[in-house]
Amino acid sequence: MTTTETETVTLTIDGIEVTAPKGEILIRTCERLGIIVPRFCDHPLLEPAGACRQCLVEVEMGGRPMPKPQASCTMTVADGMVVKTQHTSPVADKAQQGVMELLLINHPLDCPICDKGGECPLQNQAMSTGRTDSRFVETKRTFPKPLPISSQVLLDRERCVLCQRCTRFSDEIAGDPFIDLLERGANQQIGTAEDKPFQSYFSGNTIQICPVGALTSAAYRFRSRPFDLKSTPSVCEHCSSGCASRTDTRRGQVMRKLAGNDPEVNEEWLCDKGRFAFRYLGAKQRITRPLLRDESGQLVEVSWTEALRVAAEGLLAARGNRGIGVLAGGRLTREDAYAYAKFARVAAGTHDVDFRARPHSAEELAFLQTQLTPTVTFAAVEAAPSVLTVGMDLEEESGILFLRVRKAVRKHGQRVFTLGQWSTPGVEKTHATLIKSVPGAEASVLRELSVGGELVDALSATGSVILVGDRAAEVPGLHSAVAELATRTGAQVAWVPRRAGDRGALEVGAVPTLLPGGRPVTDAAARAEVERAWGVTLSAEPGRSTDEILAAAASGALSGLVVGGVDPHDLADPAAALAGLANVGFLVSLEIMTSAVTELADVVLPVAPDAHRAGTYVNWEGRHRPFAPSLDGGGVLPDCRVLDTLAVEMDVDLFTQTPSAAAGDLDRLGPYTGTFTAPTERPGSTPRPAQVGSAVLATWRQLLDDGALQVDEPALAGTARAPRVRANAATAERLGLTEGGQASVATDRGAITLPVELADLPDGVVWLPAHSPGSQVRSTLGVGHGALVRVTAG
Amino acid sequence: MFDFFKGFGVTFSTMFKKVVTEEYPEDFPPAAPRYHGRHQLNRHPDGLEKCVGCELCAWACPADAIFVEGGDNTEEARFSPGERYGADYQINYLRCIGCGLCIEACPTRSLTMTNFYELADDNRQDLIYTKEQLLAPLLPGMEQPPHPMRLGKDEQDYYVQGPVLARQGVESDPVGEQVR
Repeated sequence: MTTTETETVTLTIDGIEVTAPKGEILIRTCERLGIIVPRFCDHPLLEPAGACRQCLVEVEMGGRPMPKPQASCTMTVADGMVVKTQHTSPVADKAQQGVMELLLINHPLDCPICDKGGECPLQNQAMSTGRTDSRFVETKRTFPKPLPISSQVLLDRERCVLCQRCTRFSDEIAGDPFIDLLERGANQQIGTAEDKPFQSYFSGNTIQICPVGALTSAAYRFRSRPFDLKSTPSVCEHCSSGCASRTDTRRGQVMRKLAGNDPEVNEEWLCDKGRFAFRYLGAKQRITRPLLRDESGQLVEVSWTEALRVAAEGLLAARGNRGIGVLAGGRLTREDAYAYAKFARVAAGTHDVDFRARPHSAEELAFLQTQLTPTVTFAAVEAAPSVLTVGMDLEEESGILFLRVRKAVRKHGQRVFTLGQWSTPGVEKTHATLIKSVPGAEASVLRELSVGGELVDALSATGSVILVGDRAAEVPGLHSAVAELATRTGAQVAWVPRRAGDRGALEVGAVPTLLPGGRPVTDAAARAEVERAWGVTLSAEPGRSTDEILAAAASGALSGLVVGGVDPHDLADPAAALAGLANVGFLVSLEIMTSAVTELADVVLPVAPDAHRAGTYVNWEGRHRPFAPSLDGGGVLPDCRVLDTLAVEMDVDLFTQTPSAAAGDLDRLGPYTGTFTAPTERPGSTPRPAQVGSAVLATWRQLLDDGALQVDEPALAGTARAPRVRANAATAERLGLTEGGQASVATDRGAITLPVELADLPDGVVWLPAHSPGSQVRSTLGVGHGALVRVTAG
Repeated sequence: MFDFFKGFGVTFSTMFKKVVTEEYPEDFPPAAPRYHGRHQLNRHPDGLEKCVGCELCAWACPADAIFVEGGDNTEEARFSPGERYGADYQINYLRCIGCGLCIEACPTRSLTMTNFYELADDNRQDLIYTKEQLLAPLLPGMEQPPHPMRLGKDEQDYYVQGPVLARQGVESDPVGEQVR
C-alpha cells in the first residue's frame, strides 16, 4: 500500500512541469498548481462523473494530441502527459465556452429570484468563461416550479445543469437514493419516485453542493443574499460529533447554517438537524430576562440584581440547611460545565453534581472513568477493519459518524456489527450484521459472543473499534460486557454520547465521583491538587448521581437544587424527577427556554444559547471544538458568567467570568495521570418471557423528533421518520396486530397508540421511537428500554 | 465718477428683467424630467407589484441605503407574478445620494425615480421610507394585492407581453413619473 502511495508521475500543465501522485485526477493537479479549471459536477468527496463537460482541457499523450478536448475531472494523470488548460489553449477555451453556451440554453434568467444568486458557481463561471451573448434565440424549455421533493428541499428543474452531484451524494454518501435522473435528452431531469419523497437525514447537503439554484431550502427561501450575511464559523450543538459549521446571520437573526469543511471531523457534510434546527433561538419559549416567583406563584420578570440576590439568599439558606444538589445537563460547553462543577464544590460545598440528564447507572460512571483519555478518532473509525456498535443506532444518534462508517464500508469493505433489535435503515445502509437481542439482554448476548466466533474474529483485527452509545447505561452489565470483549479482542472502545456537552462535562468533573481532569474524589493526592488550586477543602466522599439527587430532593434530604438544561422527561423516571423538583425547598433554573424545570423553579436565570456564547465543545473523540458567538448582544450571558456572579453573591469566587477565564482556570489544573479499572458487573436478570398480550419494549430516539432544540421547524419535521410501533410478524400475530393498523402500547401510567409496521425484531419485542410526536415513551409510559409493556390492537 | 451711476444702473436694469427667484414653497416648480428624486415601486397594470425582492438595488447601492427582504408568493397571498416578491422594502433617505444606480440595477423596472424632491424632516426615523410609502398609487383598473394574476397564467405573460397588456389596460403607463 505504501509503495503505491508514493508512486508519482510527472506531467506538464500549461508549460509547468509537475509531479503528481499516480491516480490523481487532472483537475485536482491543476488545482494544486493554482490553475482553476471551471467545473460543476466535480466534487472532491464524490466519485468522478464527467457529467457537465465544463472542465474540458487539451491533452497530449506521448507527443500525440488527443483528437478532442478531454474532461479533466475524470482523466487521471499519466507520465509524460502535456495538458493545456483554457489559459494556454484556444481549443480548450473555445470548448469551455461552447459547453457553457449549451448549459445556458435552457437555463432560465432566474438570477434575480434565485436563492443561489450571488454565490452561484454557474453565475460566476458564466462570467469567467462564458460568452457575453448566446446564439440561441428560441423559447426555453420550461417545467412547473418549484417542485417540493421533500418538505425542506425544493427542486427547480429548469435551472438544473444535470451535474448529478445531488444524486451521487444521495447514492454514495448518504445511501438514500431517492432522487435520480429521469427521462432522456432535453427532457432529462432530476426527480423522485411518485410515492417516495426525498426523506433523507442528509438532504440538506444536496442544497449546499448544488452548483446552480436547482435545489433550494424551503426554510431559507428568499430570506437574504450572500452579501447581507455575516458568516461565523461555528460548531454544531446538536450531537457529540462537533461538526464544523458556518452560521450566517442577518440583522441579529440566524438565517441559515451550512456545513463547514473539516476533513478530520465532518468532511463537508452536516445532518439535517444540524443544518436546519436553529429556530429555537427565536422561539416564543425563549427566556431572556431573569424570572422570580412572586407570592401568587407566578413567574415575573425582575432585574438581574434582584434575581441573583434572591437566588443567592435561597441557596445559602439551603446550604446551611440540608445542602444543595447541582444538575448540569448535557448541552454545556467545556467552560460552562466546569463552572457547574466548580460551583457545586466551592459555592454549594458538595460533590452532588451530575451532567447526566438521561438514564444512567453507577456502572456507566465506572466505565466512563476508563474513557477519560479517548483514543479513537473519526479517522480511526474510518480505517478500522471492523466496527461494533453497542447501545446506539448510528444514523439516528450520530449522523456524521454514520456517514464515516458508511464511507469505510464502501471504500474498503469495513465490517459493521450492530447490537440492536431490528434492521433499521442505518443498519441496512452500513450493510451491518445485526446481532439481535431482546431488550435488556444485550449484556448476556455480548458475553456469549465474547467466547469466540465471527464477532470476536472480526474485532481481533488490529484497529477494530467498539462504539458505545449512552443508551448502554439502560442495560445493566452491558458496559462490563463491552470492557470484557475489548480486553479479549484488543479492540479500542469509544464512548459516543448523544449530546454535545456530555464528554466535556465528564472531563471537567461535573460528575459525583470525579474532579476536573478526571481526578477521583477518593484519591487524596488528586483531591489535594484541586484543593490547592481552588483554595477549598473537599470531602473525600463521592456525591450522588442525578437520580439520587432528585430522590434526595423528593424525600427532603436536599434543600436546594441548581438545575441547568435538564428535561425531567429524559430521565429514567420522569414522575420521580418531577416530584424531586417540586418538593425541593429552593430551585434555581438556568435555561434558554421555558421547560418543566422552569415551571417549578423559584428563580429562573436566562443563559445564552450557542449563537450568543463562546465556548468549546468536546466531541466524542475528545477533540476540542472552540467556537465564537455568531450574534452579538441578545442580553444573555453564558452559564459560566451567571454561575460566577451567583457565587459572588454567595461570597465565593469561581473565576469563571468569561469562557476564556474559565478555560484558563481549568487548564491550570491539568489532567489526572492515574488509571481506572473497567467495571465488572454481571448482566442483570434475563428478560422475562413475554406473557399473553405483553411484550418487551425496545426504544430509542430518532434523529428528528420532539427534541427541545427542534421547535418551530415545520420543514425539518416534515422529513422526520413517521413514528411507528414495530414488531415482527409472529409477535404481531400473537398480539393481534396488523400492519398498517393501530396498536396501543401501555403500562399502568399511560398508553401510546401508533400505526404498526412489521420489522425483523426478536420474538416478543415491540419497538417505539422514544421521543417522537405521539410517542413520548418515558413520560407517557414511565418505563424505557427493556421494560415489560401491554400491547393491544386499536 | 460714472461708477456711481453704473452701480445703480445695474440695480435699475434688473427691475425690468424676469425674476429668477423660485417662490418655493408657495409655488412648486417641477424638476427636470429626469431628476433623481424620490423612488417609486411600480405596479403591473392589474396592481400586482413589479418588485421581486431580488435585492439587486441594495447590492448596487453605494451608500447602503436600501434594505430588501424577499418573500414567497403563495396561492393564497400573491403580491407579484412569479415565485418571489419584496416582503420588506426600505430606503433610508438620510443615506441615499440619488445616484440612480439602483434603478439601473432593477431587473423588472420596478424601482424608478420620480421627480419629487421634498425629502426633509425633523427626525431620522421618518426618513426611512417603507414599502407602503414607496409603492406607486393604485391607478384605475388596479387592484390592491394580494390577488391572483389577472393578466396571464404565469409571470412570463407579464414580462414578455407586458407592454401589450399595458396598452390594453385602462390607464396605460402606471409609472407616474410626475408626482405632485
